[in-house]
This record gives sequence, structure tokens and C-alpha cells, in this order.
Amino acid sequence: MNILELRNLKKYFASQKAVDDISFEIKQGSIFGLLGPNGAGKTTLLRMITGIFYPDSGEIIFNGKKFDPDNDIVYIGYMPEERGLYKKMKIGEQALYLARLKGLGKEEALRKIKDWFVKFEMQSWWNKKVEDLSKGMSQKLQFVTTVLHEPKLIILDEPFSGLDPVNANLIKDEIFNLAQKGHTIIFSTHRMEQVEEICDHIVLVNKGQKILDGTVADIKNQFKENLFQVGVKTDPHHLMTFIFEVVKHQPDKLLIKLQHGSSTNDVLQYFISQNLPVTSFNEVLPSLNQIFISLVEGTPEARQFESIK
Amino acid sequence: MNKILLIIKREYITRVRNKTFLLSTFLLPIVMMLFIFGSAYFAMSSKESLKKIAVINDPGYFITNLKSDSAQLNFDFASKADTNNFITKGYDAILDLNNDSLGKKFSIHSKKQLGLTVIDNIESRLDRALEKKQLQKNGISKEILDSINKQAIGSFKIDNRLLNEEGKSTEVNASVNYGIGFGSGILIYITMFIFGAMVMRGVMEEKTNRIAEVMISSVKPFQLMMGKILGIAAVGLTQLFLWFVLIMLLSTAAAAFIPHEMLQQAGEVNKNMPVGGSSEMAMKLMDIQKDISNVNWPLVISCFVFYFLGGYLFYAALFAAIGSVINEDPQEAQSLMLPITMPIIFGFIILSSNLNTPDSPVMVWASIIPFTSPIVMMGRIPSGVPWQQLVASMVLLIAGFIFTTWLAGKIYRTGILMYGKKASWKEMFKWAFRKS
Repeated sequence: MNILELRNLKKYFASQKAVDDISFEIKQGSIFGLLGPNGAGKTTLLRMITGIFYPDSGEIIFNGKKFDPDNDIVYIGYMPEERGLYKKMKIGEQALYLARLKGLGKEEALRKIKDWFVKFEMQSWWNKKVEDLSKGMSQKLQFVTTVLHEPKLIILDEPFSGLDPVNANLIKDEIFNLAQKGHTIIFSTHRMEQVEEICDHIVLVNKGQKILDGTVADIKNQFKENLFQVGVKTDPHHLMTFIFEVVKHQPDKLLIKLQHGSSTNDVLQYFISQNLPVTSFNEVLPSLNQIFISLVEGTPEARQFESIK
Repeated sequence: MNKILLIIKREYITRVRNKTFLLSTFLLPIVMMLFIFGSAYFAMSSKESLKKIAVINDPGYFITNLKSDSAQLNFDFASKADTNNFITKGYDAILDLNNDSLGKKFSIHSKKQLGLTVIDNIESRLDRALEKKQLQKNGISKEILDSINKQAIGSFKIDNRLLNEEGKSTEVNASVNYGIGFGSGILIYITMFIFGAMVMRGVMEEKTNRIAEVMISSVKPFQLMMGKILGIAAVGLTQLFLWFVLIMLLSTAAAAFIPHEMLQQAGEVNKNMPVGGSSEMAMKLMDIQKDISNVNWPLVISCFVFYFLGGYLFYAALFAAIGSVINEDPQEAQSLMLPITMPIIFGFIILSSNLNTPDSPVMVWASIIPFTSPIVMMGRIPSGVPWQQLVASMVLLIAGFIFTTWLAGKIYRTGILMYGKKASWKEMFKWAFRKS
């Protein structure tokens, strides 16, 4: 079942088509990656999903019904990239306040806050103020306040920025936990290695348009360049064949690109016929990073302003 | 609705617990009372020292008619001192009664500057001595003049009665009305400014803490804005109430601590007033008390509460809109605030310059138009306002604050999420009137 469906969503600002006709679907319980370079329209898209902006046109289907921001926002937890908490407020009170604004009762909210504080070892923070916290600490607090009311849809914009590897892992584990419990997570970032590790499904947006949509494995297959790594000791100058061409060579390894029409078995057969022992053979898929760069490259680094009629 | 209550509660509690709030609430009345009583104390105690004054060149009649005052002045007519040696002879000052060419100016020399009250006292004593001399010269007895004065001055009073619609007449006093009107007008004017600035800074809190996006993904911008406006209003009212109570308590307490002789002295000063005895004063006071009790207090108080709250809500929403479009820098606020503070100041100017003519067209119109009505109408209430005008003014004020709140809500919605750039009036106008 889809928790969220976007249909032809558009949002134009005075000088930019921030979101220009984007549609995609997110399955319940999945971890969804929303990728894109700076200024691609990710934040605008997220703000429409969280009910902060109204779309100019198109529709959002949340949990099978038309998205109604007034009632549905309690089922959404949003951690914006622009992190913020009331600096002068005590941490416990702040968490309680934000939870109650999401519709939790006082007792329930207190119980949940305590559970999370124990889990993240934050019990001693209760009476501290946010201004006393380090960046990483307030990041953890922000995460807790985002997921406290157990929203169906959790939206995290760059959740790991500013976190050390230990705390990043802590949050990562919680993200997996939440997904297992049936919460859906939208994860917006430009850190590709995290996306590869965490996300089931990704969408890449650039200049307000969707340019890529699929599972991580599908996308990698779609962009594969028939590159293989062969563990073999040889001098590439001695290899005379049209089956593949050598892209890179190391004393005991070759990176080869399969020529059109040949298969992997042709390659193995060739090495066997040459009487060269093959110790390993595996396909090299492009990293999301490479795909990202190749797709986004060529578009100007900074988005230009244009006039919208 | 529940969310608005939560927001109000947070705004109220965090502000009331704030150290600056506690300090300003409790220190201001104390500092004020210390200032008032301190200056009163010094003014009183400066009178205590007795001044010895040598009098020279007396033409003859002052020696019998210029009386010394046990507390402040001691005239010595047989000092044989002159302007060069009066200090060594132990006098504080020397009064030279040698008439100048106009016969009006006497001179006094002293080593130290004499206080204003001392000079005043000497002048009034000389006046009385000269008056007595003139009376004697013209054959009028002082006693007869006093009794004539007593019968003529204050023997009658214009009975100013106001006829209301039912034909019932009530006694009114223009100056009491003036005082009530001006007092409540100025109170509304000042609180509108103070609370307005508080709301503006309060709205900026979400921006400076970068929490606006988190909040707007939980509550509607309108709820957040209303919660802040109402919460800050509650804080302001709490502070006003505490100030009132504290000033009352402190002034009663301070009155008990004032030395007894000082009060006696104050009484003596009253007794020595040249015109009007103390019984006359008491009669006047009683009259004023009667006039005050004749004021339609239920109407005045309920109108004050209405215009106080109405005016606050009308302008607080506009201040909130301004607060939402500026960034951390309060300097930016100045230029945007001007169009909002102008009508408030304008209203106050109308009130203070036309209060004597509460039914003039300027006052009538200014008391109906919601931009100025909270301030101006209060100046008219005590002297009676036709109910049609009062209803029109109230309805327009309610409609006005619903409109400004709606307008501010639209601007706030966009402004609160903007960072880094100050919006112009043109942009704000566009946000306010575009369809969502």
C-alpha cells in the first residue's frame, strides 16, 4: 500500500519553477531517498508534503485520501534541514511541548519522552537548556522530537549532518527500527553512500523535475556500463581480443569493459583459452555518486533565476 | 483551539519565568517609589534649616509687618550688618530693602544659593506686608477684606448638568471628565506601544531560533500567531496588575515610614498658603469626590476594557506581521513599523489637542475609525457619547481587528519561513491579497 502519492505536483515561485510536475509513490514501511543537488526543489517538495506550502497544482494522496494538512499533519514528523529549537527552553519541557502540539496527551507524551531519553542516554539533560547543548546533542534531541508522536510518515532532511559516526549509527539503527515497525521514512540528502546503505527506493530531482525513480538495485543496473573486474595476472598489451577492452589494469587485476554483443562467459572462455588463471570475476556497478554526478553534470552548479510567466 | 491554548500557556510561562520579567516587574515599582519618596524627603528636609536673615535699610513699616517664620526664616532688624560682613556676623543672608528706582525690587545677598522655596517664602511675606501697608494707607481694614473675600470667592459654583435621553440629568465636572479621558487614553496609548513591541519581538523568536518550520509543520501559522498574541497579552496584563498592586502596597507602606514631623510641616505649609484656608480646600476636595462618584463608572470601566483589548488586538496583529518579515536585526523593524505607529501617535495627538471639545467633528470621526478609536473614544466616554456612535465605533473596531488579524495571518504565513531577506511593503501586500 502506498502511504504517499504525488501527482503532477507543481509549485512556481516568482522567479523559479521550484517543483515542476513531479509525481511518485512511496510504499508504506519503506525508506525512501529524495536526492538532488542544492536548489533542486527538494525542500519545497517536502514543505508541500508537510502542509507548509500549498501546491499550485497537482494533488497529494496521503494514506489513501486527499492530503488534508489540518488533520493529517499529526501523522507526519518533519525534521527540516534548518534545525531549530527554542534555545531558552528546558529540554524536557520543550520535548513535551512539541509532542503535545502533535496531539499527544500529557501522560502519554511524558512516558514516550522518558523512553526515548533512556534509549539515547539523555536522562540527565531534562533540566538543561538547548543553548547548553552541543550541535550533535541538539541534533539527537531534534530527532527525538520528530519521531516522538510515532508518525506514519517521518521526513528527515539531512539527518546525519553534524553527527559523529557513533551517533550517526545510533540514529541509523533507529531509522531501520522505525521502518520495520511500519513507519515510512523519507530521507532527503546528497550523501550518496548513506543512500546506498539505507534507502530502498530513490527519486532524483534536478531543476524542479524528477529525473530518476526506482529501487537502488534497478537504478544501478540501468546505469551499468558493462564493467567487470577480473582477477588475473597478465600484461594487457598481450591480450588481443575484440570481446572486451581494458579500461584499467593493475598487476593482479584488470578492469574491462564488455564490447557490444559479447557475454561474460565469452570473457571467461577467452582467459581459459589463453591459459590464464582467473582468481575472481565480478561486475562493477556504478555507485550512486557516479550516477548522480553524471546526471547532474552539465547543469550549472547554481540554479539560475528565470522569469515565470 | 486546544493547540492555541498550549501555545498561549508556553508563551505565558516562559515569559513570566524569565529573569528580566521578574526584575522589571518587581524593581520598577520599588525604584519608582524610592524616587518619589526620596525626592519628597529631600525637598522636605531641605526646609528644615532655619535661615538667619539680616534686614537693612528698612523704610520703617516692615519691622512691624514682616513676620519671621519659626521653621524657615528668622528676620533680624537690628543686626547692624552690611553686605560685606553679614557672614562673619553669623547670618545666612542679608535682605536689602532699599527701593530701586521702580520701587519694586529688593535685593538679597547670600553666601550659598538660597532654595527656591526660601525665596518664595520671603517674597510672599514681603507681599503681605506691602498689602497691609496699602490697605492701611487707603483706610481699609484687613479683617473686612478677608470676610468679603471669603464670601465672594468660592461662594457659588456652576452646576453643570447633563441631560440624557430619558430626561434624567446628572451633574458633571468637565475637569474630572478631562482627567479620566486623558488618563485612560494615555494608558491605552502607552500599553499599545509596549505590548506591540513585545509581540513583534515575540514573533521573531521562532525565526531567530529557526524553529518556524518545525512549528508550522505542527500547527497552523494562524494558530501560532494568535497563541503568541494572546499569550503576550496575558503577560502584559499580569505585569500591569502586579505593578498596580505593588505600587499600592509600597505607597501605603512608605506613608507609614515618613517621619511624623515631616507630615506636620507639610500641614503647616498648607496653613500658610496665602489664599484659601484649609476648610475651603476640604470643601473643594469634597466637591471633586462627589463629581468623581457622579461619573458613570460601569460604562467608563467596561469601555476602557473593551477599547484596551480591542486596540491591543487590532495593532498586535499588525506588529506580529512586521515581526514575521524581519530577521534578527531589530534595526530593520524601524522603517516597517512607521506606517503602524503613525496612526497610534496621530490618535494621541487628536486626543490631547481636542479633549476640550469632545463633540467636535475631528473627535467624532477619530473615535469611530478603528485606527484611532481606542485612544480617542476614551476621551469622549466620560462626557457622554450618543449610543449610535458608540455602537458604530465598537462594531468597526471588532471588524477592524478581525481584518487586521486575517491580513497579518496571511503575511505571517509567508514571512515566518523567510530567512535572510527583509520583505518590502509591496511584497507583503502581495502575500496578503493573493489567494492561497
